[in-house]
Amino acid sequence: MDMVSFKGIIFIIAALIAVAASVLMATRKNPIHSALWMIVTFFAMAVIYLLLNAQFIAVAQVMVYAGAIMMLILFVIMMVQMEKGGKGDPGETGRSAKTKVAGALITVILFGEMLFGALYYQMTGRSGDYPVAMVNSVGNVRTIGSLLYGQYLFPFEIASILLLVGIVGAVVIAKRKE
Amino acid sequence: MEQIVSMIGWKTAKTIAGLVGVLIFVVFNALILTWAERKVAGHMQRRIGPKEVGPYGLIQPIADALKLLGKEILTPRAVDRPLYFLAPILIFVPVLVSFIVIPFDASLQVKDINVGILVILAFSSLSVLSILMAGWGSNNKYALIGAIRSVAQNIAYEIPLLLALLPVIMMTNSFSLKAIVEAQKGLWFVFYQPLAFCIYFIASVAETNRTPFDLPEAESELVAGYHTEYSGMRFALFFLAEYTNIFIVSAIAVTFFLGGYQGPFLPGIIWFLLKSYLLVFVIMWLRWTFPRVRFDQLLNISWKALIPLAFINLLLTGGLLKL
Repeated sequence: MDMVSFKGIIFIIAALIAVAASVLMATRKNPIHSALWMIVTFFAMAVIYLLLNAQFIAVAQVMVYAGAIMMLILFVIMMVQMEKGGKGDPGETGRSAKTKVAGALITVILFGEMLFGALYYQMTGRSGDYPVAMVNSVGNVRTIGSLLYGQYLFPFEIASILLLVGIVGAVVIAKRKE
Repeated sequence: MEQIVSMIGWKTAKTIAGLVGVLIFVVFNALILTWAERKVAGHMQRRIGPKEVGPYGLIQPIADALKLLGKEILTPRAVDRPLYFLAPILIFVPVLVSFIVIPFDASLQVKDINVGILVILAFSSLSVLSILMAGWGSNNKYALIGAIRSVAQNIAYEIPLLLALLPVIMMTNSFSLKAIVEAQKGLWFVFYQPLAFCIYFIASVAETNRTPFDLPEAESELVAGYHTEYSGMRFALFFLAEYTNIFIVSAIAVTFFLGGYQGPFLPGIIWFLLKSYLLVFVIMWLRWTFPRVRFDQLLNISWKALIPLAFINLLLTGGLLKL
């Protein structure tokens, strides 16, 4: 079997799964089902990363998001009141017709833009500084590591400080009641 | 046979053969371990354990499997059906993926992936997810409490587990399990990293939900924890996954700290299995020695003792490597 077409088939399957799962995620009534569909989406994305020769990012994606979504499910169980029958969506009452129209309009515009871009522009892109052969010869993890802790050290540190601030904020809010 | 091999290519054929071998091993391993656990438990309590079915009771696990197969599979009416049905199947995905990258011998490995250990760790979080699905899907308060405990426990212990494995990765400069084993030709890493080994072992016992960290399925409080509502073969699948997980964490410990398949005289696979089952025995030994910890103790051990120690160990290793 031709290798390129094989990869192409896998890509199409993964992409379709990702799209279908994200639609299902947005439309489920039960928040836990939504969270689980999100995991399916992330797995499909991980497959796409694998096809792009980014093994480390694929694995990190699964590792980080699977744990994060479990926390999300826990929060859903602890905080969200789930109605029994499934009828009478609580979010429906507070939402006015105006916001619905605005939302639909923005979606249509964005979709149109995407279609336009996909149809009228050549999407080949230039070859980057890190082609597949070079990354494979050095090692995937090593390439990411040396870039992240070398060239992009400053943005990396800023991002980690941002996360730290988030943690401190969460602790402060949790402790305030005492 | 040769025609098939030439058609799909040698590499694919090897992978398929490996996967079949893994499946057989998983079942065989679980059968042996259920028998061994009861024997170990028996002898530690000055009993004999199973002895009626076959010599030394060796056929007992097969009798148990037949019994479980024959049982009626009950489905409670109010379960969340898709989650309830998927959970026992999904719990097997991480188990099978882990076996793909574990090197049983120098040439006995389904596939050597250059991010091998990360693959295992990433997919192991999927098993917690299926526990959560089982707990939520069962629509039972004991199952849900068990599942929530399991998530809290796994998130707390995944951090020291990772941090304990990192020094070894720093010393070998590789995530590939085979490269890590090959780097232990001289001296096993347990002698360089005794603290990391202890931290890894404690954390892995907690990750597999074994006593003294078996709060997700604490029989005396939660009936059976997350698998309370499962019966027959579905229950057996959870059971099978638990025993396979015990073997996997032991196998990773052997690969990272105890020289993997390396050893004198005997072939590599024998050494690998010997060392792994020795650690499995230690885990069983722990079960019949220690009482269950309290939930606050469980989390304190991880966050206040194991994680800081693992960080100090990591810093020291990094410092010494750079000197």
